Amino acid sequence: MARLNSPEELIAFRQEILSKRDPNTPCISVCVGTGCLASGASEVFAAFKTEIEKQGLTADVDTKGTGCPGFCERGPVVVIYPQEICYLQVTPGDVPEIVSQTIKEKKVVDRLLYVDPITGEKAIHESEIPFYKHQKRNIICQNIKIDSRSIEDYLAINGYSALAKVLSGMTEDQVLEEVKKSNLRGRGGGGFPAGRKWEGSRNAPEKVKYVLVNADEGDPGAFMDRALLEGNPHSVLEGLIIGAYAIGAHQGYIYVRQEYPLAVENINLAIKQAEAYGFLGKNILGTGFDFTVDVHQGAGAFVCGESTALMAALEGRAGEPRVKYFRSNVRGLWNNPTVLNNVETWANVPLIINNGADWFTQFGTEGSKGTKIFSLVGKITNTGLVEVPMGITLKDIIYKIGGGIPGGKKFKAVQTGGPSGGCIPEELLDLEVDFDQLTKAGSMMGSGGMIVMDEDTCMVDVARYFIHFLTDESCGKCLPCREGLRQMDKILTNITEGKGKEGDLELLEELSETVIAASLCALGQSAPNPFLSTLRYFRDEYEAHIKDKRCPALSCKELITYYIDPDKCQACMICLKKCPVEAIDGGKKKIHIIIQEKCTNCGTCFEVCPSRFGAVKKISGEPVPSPIPEKERMIEKAKKNE
Amino acid sequence: MDIEKIDGIIDKHQAEASSLIQILLEIQSENHWLPREALERVSEKLHVPIARIQHIATFYKAFSLVPKGRHEVHICMGTACHVRGAKRVLDTAQDLTGIKPGETDLDLKFSLETVNCLGCCALGPVMEINGKTHGKLSPAETLDVLKSYE
Amino acid sequence: MSEIRLQIDGKEVTAREGMTVLEAAQSAGIFIPTLCHHEKLEPFGGCRLCIVEVNVRGWTRLVVSCVYLVEENLVVRTRSEKIDRIRKILLEMLLAHAPESPQLQDLAVEYGAKRDRFEKEASFCIHCGLCVRYCTEVKKKNAVGFIDRGIRKEICFIPEIALKECSDCKECFPLCPTSYLQAAYVLTESLGPVSGPTVRPVKK
Repeated sequence: MARLNSPEELIAFRQEILSKRDPNTPCISVCVGTGCLASGASEVFAAFKTEIEKQGLTADVDTKGTGCPGFCERGPVVVIYPQEICYLQVTPGDVPEIVSQTIKEKKVVDRLLYVDPITGEKAIHESEIPFYKHQKRNIICQNIKIDSRSIEDYLAINGYSALAKVLSGMTEDQVLEEVKKSNLRGRGGGGFPAGRKWEGSRNAPEKVKYVLVNADEGDPGAFMDRALLEGNPHSVLEGLIIGAYAIGAHQGYIYVRQEYPLAVENINLAIKQAEAYGFLGKNILGTGFDFTVDVHQGAGAFVCGESTALMAALEGRAGEPRVKYFRSNVRGLWNNPTVLNNVETWANVPLIINNGADWFTQFGTEGSKGTKIFSLVGKITNTGLVEVPMGITLKDIIYKIGGGIPGGKKFKAVQTGGPSGGCIPEELLDLEVDFDQLTKAGSMMGSGGMIVMDEDTCMVDVARYFIHFLTDESCGKCLPCREGLRQMDKILTNITEGKGKEGDLELLEELSETVIAASLCALGQSAPNPFLSTLRYFRDEYEAHIKDKRCPALSCKELITYYIDPDKCQACMICLKKCPVEAIDGGKKKIHIIIQEKCTNCGTCFEVCPSRFGAVKKISGEPVPSPIPEKERMIEKAKKNE
Repeated sequence: MDIEKIDGIIDKHQAEASSLIQILLEIQSENHWLPREALERVSEKLHVPIARIQHIATFYKAFSLVPKGRHEVHICMGTACHVRGAKRVLDTAQDLTGIKPGETDLDLKFSLETVNCLGCCALGPVMEINGKTHGKLSPAETLDVLKSYE
Repeated sequence: MSEIRLQIDGKEVTAREGMTVLEAAQSAGIFIPTLCHHEKLEPFGGCRLCIVEVNVRGWTRLVVSCVYLVEENLVVRTRSEKIDRIRKILLEMLLAHAPESPQLQDLAVEYGAKRDRFEKEASFCIHCGLCVRYCTEVKKKNAVGFIDRGIRKEICFIPEIALKECSDCKECFPLCPTSYLQAAYVLTESLGPVSGPTVRPVKK
């Protein structure tokens, strides 16, 4: 492949690619993102390749391994083009039927379609599925259309046209103005206006400047950046090169979490391809602009998602943040002006350049323009990645897109912003999701993790979970964070174990004040948020744990007891056999009783009791009922009717 | 791990001090742990004090200063998995293997680690062993999966 | 270097560009408590005791004076209800590690910090970092360093270097506000040269 030496050559080459592609050629797109791979997508992909070859169709049908389209709950996801028929939860066993029915006979395989759980209606096309219908998929829609390892697929969907536009016809200031006009705010958590950040670096006098991609994505439950970096790595590169041009940087780094091996692989491949085609390196597209980019892997530290800690890691040091009394866009990597932005922020840039800031600002709210990709996870029917315009209500995300809470359970809260964020309760479901509204409600946008919780989730435990997470992830340099979290972790753990006491909540609030006010970096400064927000909306749960030694959600292990309801027990012996510590007494037709002294509260009996009996109960804050007399434990046939 | 291999990795990164973490990651990946000799060699060639390398090797959780077991068990404790019951999966794994996260058993069979988010949130709770991901685990299923490893 | 005029606790102070607020205060005889600060060492900003309130261009914020540089017309307050509350609880958390430290006890009196507010912690180390930084920046021997992170962070001597260098030096010993450093050194000395990992062995 010869390097493209000018924007004109790029246009001609793109034409050439498109002319060789017939849009009517059937194409089987199989998502091979990490999520679907874990559900067996590579076997499905291999099965398609084999079957297509077997049927002699290799020349007539394309089979692509693509990036993540977001409907992770129903993976492996397969979309058949050009009809855009969407099949869900495909197994290798379904493949011959799909090939013979859909590819050859152009017929739909009904049983693999999406079925609306309420109306029973089937949806053939991606766009008809409620999960997708209510989204605004400006960025993530590309994932299913391209083989993430093919630069030519990216070029075929107009890839690198924004870069060409910039390098051949826009000054650095013009690019900057467009990004400023778009009001693009950082998608990694801070929500800082990208244009303003770029401008600070642009105006700095130093010659050497850097641009960085923050692909650490440490917030547990968030995997948007993984999907973008795995699925469409060139879109991120393109945005990065444009940003580098705007501020005058010639070296960039992509810092990727090492827990994402596929993303590391795909971005490294994309860089090699971009270099070969002339989009990276010296004299890009013959316009005289030089830019190289290298990939650095993370090594397992959440704190390295913080910008100054990330830069410390790039410098080969421990990820200890530094104070931001001087901003890193002025004094950053090796004390040079550095623009660090999140993966999704960079991915927005080519769209803004190609479609214009005015196009971008038509989406979103006054203070938060554009769309945002959220990872909708937890107790939700449709787990996956959703891209929505800023300003959509939480209710719409959770119910219209997410399909509500599974198992007939009641919604309790949605946690946003990761360990820096908070929980939003039911009464605020009409909240219009944007940076400022979430902050006002005591949470924050964060990187986009949206963890849905139901009536079985203990909110005290949620606070404990996040604080505990941070005791390990804190760098440990500054006193308020290290020691403050240590003490908060102890108190919250005690509360969940029934050892809470009067004054605990006040002490936690006092500690929170100091941790927020005196910590060195944003990790510490935002660490008490999950506690403060759960206290604000779920104070009654804290009080039940402390005063009544009761967990209202029946979740905290030390505060619950398992009990078999003698009226419901059918003595089927399933729980008896599965109990890992033989703590269940009973026999065939003899009502089972849990021997409390032996019980370890593992919950296995609760899990395995057949739902039609539902005999195993969890109780909290009240004494276990005395066992029924021995003679009443035998089940007579006549008594129980199913 | 032989010195030549270590030198090869160091030279690949032009023995640059800023590549320290990338160098250690490669050694860790090849060798499954970082022996003292490896750290000393890196210290020597990069002109970085051993104290700093030790800090980095213990600060970042990707590194291990002790040999790992045949099967590295990673249990995801990310929020989505937590909410779906990851703690019970961890408790079960601890009970069966007899070790806590960060430890390796005496037979060098299992190493247990918790990880904060593998990005497979739709399949939570998730456990990954030797690159294979097991999802939607209950405590009983966790036992079955672990027992299947020799 | 140009002169900078600022106000600290109502007093007019003249400082040089590039000075920290702490240095400016000290030069004017105004006391701000510190723990991890040492004039021979680069500012660390770890203990946060030197926290002060600054007002610049209408914005008020809390900053650590050992790191924050002086600015023209900066208005600084070294004590306030909030600052005192913060210092009190920071001291209480420190006393949980090293209740016998004279330095901490003196400050505790000033801020009303209670020694047993929090349960006694196993480790005496309060992570001021003075020993590590002194050995790195002044002696340039790197005989002692940090290991791990978060609540598990500790200091650790490098046995080969410590056994060679420390018995003739020990300049860091008087810097330690607690007795931990000496204890850690004595332990290292008694273990002798070690091959294999010197970091905490795995519990089996």
